Amino acid sequence: MAADEPLVLGIETSCDETGVGIVHGTTLLADAVASSVDTHARFGGVVPEIASRAHLEAMVPTIERALKQAGVSARDLDGIAVTAGPGLAGALLVGVSAAKAYAYALGKPLYGVNHLASHICVDQLEHGRLPEPTMALLVSGGHSSLLLSSDITSDVRPMGATIDDAAGEAFDKIARVLDLGFPGGPVIDRLAKEGDPAAIAFPRGLTGAKDPAYDFSFSGLKTAVARWIEARRNAGEEVPVRDVAASFQEAVVDVLTRKAVRACKDEGVDHLMIGGGVAANSRLRALAEERCERAGIRLRVPRPGLCTDNGAMVAALGAEMVARGRAASDLELSADSSLPVTESHVPGAHAHAHDHDHVHEVSKENLYS
Amino acid sequence: MDTATPAVTVALHDGENVVAQSSQVDARRHGELLLPAVDRVLKEAGLALDKVTGLVVGVGPGPYTGLRVGLVTAATFASALGVPVHGLCTLDGLAYAAGLDEPFAVATDARRKEVYWARYENSRTRVSEASVDRPADIAERLAGLPVVGAGARLYPEAFPDAREPEHQSAAALAALAAEKLAAGAGAGTGDTETGAGTEAGTGGVVPGFLEPLPMYLRRPDAQVPKNYKVVTPK
Ligand SMILES: [Zn+2]
Repeated sequence: MAADEPLVLGIETSCDETGVGIVHGTTLLADAVASSVDTHARFGGVVPEIASRAHLEAMVPTIERALKQAGVSARDLDGIAVTAGPGLAGALLVGVSAAKAYAYALGKPLYGVNHLASHICVDQLEHGRLPEPTMALLVSGGHSSLLLSSDITSDVRPMGATIDDAAGEAFDKIARVLDLGFPGGPVIDRLAKEGDPAAIAFPRGLTGAKDPAYDFSFSGLKTAVARWIEARRNAGEEVPVRDVAASFQEAVVDVLTRKAVRACKDEGVDHLMIGGGVAANSRLRALAEERCERAGIRLRVPRPGLCTDNGAMVAALGAEMVARGRAASDLELSADSSLPVTESHVPGAHAHAHDHDHVHEVSKENLYS
Repeated sequence: MDTATPAVTVALHDGENVVAQSSQVDARRHGELLLPAVDRVLKEAGLALDKVTGLVVGVGPGPYTGLRVGLVTAATFASALGVPVHGLCTLDGLAYAAGLDEPFAVATDARRKEVYWARYENSRTRVSEASVDRPADIAERLAGLPVVGAGARLYPEAFPDAREPEHQSAAALAALAAEKLAAGAGAGTGDTETGAGTEAGTGGVVPGFLEPLPMYLRRPDAQVPKNYKVVTPK
């Protein structure tokens, strides 16, 4: 790693993981995560107030753990990045408040960044610099989007998104119908390996000739699977859980990969990255690999630990902001639960005229070019 | 600093006097307002944050979202600067600012038609745990007592003798803390003079202070879902 690459600490609290990561350019130095997922399990989903309380408890210890892991001093950081949105408002606010306090106390520039852009940028820590442009398929319990980016710090264009449930949500709901607990993704993935993906022909949402090419819908699939299971139960028959899991999962990943590959072809993009918690799904990875290879597209999927929400992804995007000389955020930075995906970061209101005497001056040159 | 009530309030105290302070009342913008307020107060005093030798934060009780802004900010400052952070009950700040030398109560807005409240023997001595209740349910118990804070103004039928101040001020909180620190450094006692309460009894908490942890007084609204909703039409 080059000595002049930015050293950035990133904070992520948009959902139920308190994440703090530290990167040096595209090199991962620390990835500390405290999760409150177990507390939410009995509620069958993330409870915002429980998540916010857990973030407050975990925030400072997680920052300290990350610094220790990275073996760097906070004084040496070139910037503090934080997820400004989208996400749960109260949860985001804990991270944004901590990041502002930390940046202010250390005299470092602050970068409020977009959670979705971070999910894409994290791949730099695994596979080196993102090709430009890159097509990204982001799938998790909170989002399902196809995004095209020519510069992750300034140009992220939405191609399509789910019109109802997120892909991960569908996994959670079907797991619940099958009494498999929360979260549903890992357990369905595991059971599906022993089932037949062609056993039941579940519907592929929004794949008709007149449907929007890049949007997703999982609500109809969810209902179809639940009905199928209930019909079996009502008839007093045993539910073939493994076949249901495999067939449901196949319906989800078939649509996701089909549309992602089509978007790449239509836009002439030869790189596809897949991120978000559902990117940990083994069948999604396998089918994407197969279809990308056939279409001549290079597939990039970070390791599962970097696909789920974490602080390293925020730090990775923050480092890119520093490297490309993007304007820092100001102390008024607010958490924005519906921050549009097109806003990769939240520059200060007076980004040009602002008196930055309280922050370290950082190089405005593009350190990578 | 204190963000447990609609007031976003910051003050700098040098052990003898309040050097600078800022108070803004805006229940919806705690996150945006706090850091600029800290910056303003320090600039007014001509000091940088790293000259601060200790932090005091109001731990509530207060509605959750705003309360956390002050607590996480104080905790992060403390970690970055390597200085201690002391918690104080937000109601104690209001009580101290009231300056009353007679029994009274403090009540703040807990939303949902409730108040956070506590009883005081005088401005420095709380004699009940902070609680959350409907005004009508405690009106009888507090009958005849002056009531300080926004809760009194919101519910005049329950609390007819409303007194100043209406809003929390970090200046009062800091002055109270300075008193406690001076007393704690001398005697090191945790007698009733230095405040009662909910101290967890863990090491490291200076007598008279609370741990800098949130006082929510309510459980999170969360329901364990019953079975999933059956989708097959009947
Ligand atoms: Zn995410």
